[in-house]
Amino acid sequence: MNSFWAVFKRELKSYFTTPLAYVFLVIFLFFAGYLTFFHEKFFEMRQADMQPFFTNLPLLFIFMVPATAMRLWAEERKVGSIELLFTLPITIPQAVLGKFLAAWAFLGIALALTFPMVITVAYLGDPDGGLIATGYLGGFLLAGGFLAIGSFFSAVSKNQVIALVLSVVACAVLVSAGLPTVLNYLSSFLPAGLVSAMKGMSFQEHFESLQRGVVQFKDLAYFVLLIAGWVAACTVILDERKAS
Amino acid sequence: MIEVKELRRRFGPVVAVDGISFSVGKGQVLGLLGPNGAGKTTAMRMLACYIRPDSGTASVCGHDILRDPLSVRRSLGYLAENSPAYPEMTVGGFLNFICDVRQIKGKDRQKRLDRIVPMCSIDSVYHQTIETLSKGYKRRVGLAQALMHDPAVLILDEPTDGLDPNQKHDVRKLITEMGKDKCIIVSTHILEEVEAICTRTIIIARGRVLVDSTPKELKEKHHASLDEIFRTITKMKKSA
Repeated sequence: MNSFWAVFKRELKSYFTTPLAYVFLVIFLFFAGYLTFFHEKFFEMRQADMQPFFTNLPLLFIFMVPATAMRLWAEERKVGSIELLFTLPITIPQAVLGKFLAAWAFLGIALALTFPMVITVAYLGDPDGGLIATGYLGGFLLAGGFLAIGSFFSAVSKNQVIALVLSVVACAVLVSAGLPTVLNYLSSFLPAGLVSAMKGMSFQEHFESLQRGVVQFKDLAYFVLLIAGWVAACTVILDERKAS
Repeated sequence: MIEVKELRRRFGPVVAVDGISFSVGKGQVLGLLGPNGAGKTTAMRMLACYIRPDSGTASVCGHDILRDPLSVRRSLGYLAENSPAYPEMTVGGFLNFICDVRQIKGKDRQKRLDRIVPMCSIDSVYHQTIETLSKGYKRRVGLAQALMHDPAVLILDEPTDGLDPNQKHDVRKLITEMGKDKCIIVSTHILEEVEAICTRTIIIARGRVLVDSTPKELKEKHHASLDEIFRTITKMKKSA
């Protein structure tokens, strides 16, 4: 367990010892604000809730989370520090979880820094606190899901750009599979069962219900299984490819 | 302390290590010699449990590399070929990370840092980030990380690579001193190094052990310098 904490601590610290964290946070917060206030026309809606912010979160995360995840293992392999890490008394699952949770905590910090938006909404009206809380929970789980996919692709390729492109595509597919326009198009030539299965597998479906304030076991289980599955796959791939 | 039994590993069609066996005891400094691509690094990586052998096994301090890799890693210090580290970390931060992983805490940690940092002559760069260091300093930081837990077994892959003559001398002296009560495997291309620090030498080529002897015995047997012996043995095998 101590080795896990050592990896977690080092990884989280490393975000802030390089410009990475600051560049990420500035861009993330700028676009989060821009999409909410200008793209969704927050003030013109005359409604004091966080809906415009949460609606755009998947779109923002499709680019921002893989950008965080791409370095997780690709950089370790490129620099060669993976050889150091896996000749220390650390198991692969401990290292994978340590790095994954550190990156997730970093994304949690990024999400938490959007708190001025909550203050704005609370100042302007009387928003439903529960709805905001479940929205944030959904956003955090969504970030975890994207991150798990990103960390898998980062373990697959030594090249960070390839890791980024593959994870953006994978995340985009999993988000767009739940969009009404895509589902309508698919239902024109696919059987209804398959279309509904695709909808069920999409991020959008589960994130939306959390956004509406509905915390269902199936949605939480979806995210937990998705994260566990991709993280486990990352462990297997790393064990296989660490020395290649 | 190290028992290697028929270790074998291939990468696709290339056989990197082809059934090597040897054992090294306490107080021995074994020099692993061989031309480029001979399988030295692969053999060391298998001993450090970084890669798994296709067949065969080895034990370090009684722990099997296949059954109990974590105990093996706890009991050995390993310096990899290019002394990999985290470039954005300071030397101090990096050594503290190693202490965190190896669970060296409190006063004990400070005591070890106070001993190892001057021993590896890295006190002047302690607060510098690793990416700004020269190759020689990086190597010494790598050595410091391998020594931090005072391991009974040391595996050093080209420990003097990139060091200037003074630093080479210091590191060789350090290895000779530590060799008295530890078991050390050193891989090198530099034959004078073998004569200076190794109590035993193994020459490998194409993944096989060609010679297992002491530098003194080798010279007496062949009546030639280690350099000539190395060339003769490795070339002989190539043409065979």
